[in-house]
Amino acid sequence: MTAQKPGIQLNKKGRLKHFLTTEELSRQILTEILDTAENFAGVGERAVKKVPLLRGKTIANLFFEPSTRTRTTFELAAKRLSADVLNINIEASATKKGESLLDTLQTLESMHCDMFVVRHANSGAAHFIASLVAPGIRVINAGDGRHAHPTQAMLDAFTIRRHKGGFNGLKVAIVGDIMHSRVARSEIHAFNTLGVKEVRVIAPKTLIPAYMRALGVKVFHDLKLGLKGVDAVIMLRLQRERMQGPLLPSADEFFKMYGLTEERLKVASPDVMVLHPGPINRGVEIDSEVADGPRSVILEQVSHGIAIRMAVMSLCMGSVE
Amino acid sequence: MTVLDNTEIEEILTKMAEDLRTFLQERNRENIAIVGIHTGGVWIAQRLHQLLGIDEALGELNIAFYRDDFSQIGMHPSVEPSNLPFDVDNRHVVLVDDILYTGRTVRAALNEIFDYGRPASVSLVVLIDRGEQELPFKADVAGTKMSLKAGEHVKLTGPDKLSLVTSIPAK
Repeated sequence: MTAQKPGIQLNKKGRLKHFLTTEELSRQILTEILDTAENFAGVGERAVKKVPLLRGKTIANLFFEPSTRTRTTFELAAKRLSADVLNINIEASATKKGESLLDTLQTLESMHCDMFVVRHANSGAAHFIASLVAPGIRVINAGDGRHAHPTQAMLDAFTIRRHKGGFNGLKVAIVGDIMHSRVARSEIHAFNTLGVKEVRVIAPKTLIPAYMRALGVKVFHDLKLGLKGVDAVIMLRLQRERMQGPLLPSADEFFKMYGLTEERLKVASPDVMVLHPGPINRGVEIDSEVADGPRSVILEQVSHGIAIRMAVMSLCMGSVE
Repeated sequence: MTVLDNTEIEEILTKMAEDLRTFLQERNRENIAIVGIHTGGVWIAQRLHQLLGIDEALGELNIAFYRDDFSQIGMHPSVEPSNLPFDVDNRHVVLVDDILYTGRTVRAALNEIFDYGRPASVSLVVLIDRGEQELPFKADVAGTKMSLKAGEHVKLTGPDKLSLVTSIPAK
């Protein structure tokens, strides 16, 4: 493995400071996130669902793009760490009145926020914010454009590791709109670093970017061929707003070709697990029988998302210089 | 430098089990729940658990999320997660650690236990009492007292054969 540049995500001691992308982070750092999440996984089942780790810290959720699931799990994660949480729906607030991003950030810094959790429609937005904030402030990317959604990738890795015990020798397939998916990109980097044997992407040609093979994945356009022998299948949500254009004929057509059914899963490994970042479109990318079936870990992913976000928040906040 | 070897520690543990039994009888505390603090405290707790012939599973605490030095030194390396496989409410909890030093670990462990429920009582059992507490805690049962020179550290190694080693860290 080649030596990696520390980059903006790490502090001088090589500890995680901002969590912006799974790219460029070492296996050691990604494994530390998973191990820390393992310790947080039980907190939600106790009488008091809180630990005092981030007591006195203030975390601002800056959502420039709508989100329910990601925002609420980040909020819950912060609250279970005893931090105070500000939810700022930027679309409905200051930027509408003409305030620049920089001014918004400076205003929040003056309120002594310690961490920004950023969701933005533009790729690179979280990096940009991390490069601007005062030294003590941490930034976590909750999804930027088509670029990255690192906490989603890590919660999927966490779910897979909990079921399979590790990553060595595993074959994992990601199915659906790879082109527009920040989740897929973050997963590919994370799985490769963590030592997954084979990462596959399965989609029509129009929904797979040309550079995919350069990321070290196997590309399939046929679902049956792609699912053969896989240990985990990650279904991506087909974004309805993107089905109007020339990339796809129709939702029905997509289901016919790429929808996950029990019948189609028969070629996969007998103990294959089915993941989906949610929200699911039943009958578009996944059949209800699969989504509600014994191989589905979709609801587990949601609670694992809280543990992963608690881990990332506490590791970033704990990386003192 | 080894200051106590496995045989010596086993002897101390036998005496600790007796002292603990007496301590609990005097106070009519029955149906106790043993909780060890990771990592050394769990090893001591496992042996006491065996010596007292308790059937119920042992509780284990990882106090990393309750430490008071997070803003100074950040996250501690992960050990096994906390696991209390019983209801803490109204139980007589016996909290076990290897070394009682500043008392800050005990403070963190008490806070964590109370996030699981409201015990009837908590008693503190340690193998080594250094007698340098910075907080108002004292051990109800201590294996032995030990005073160390300034800068000297003491550590329990295990888990199979226990021994107690001291070291002076290189400057």
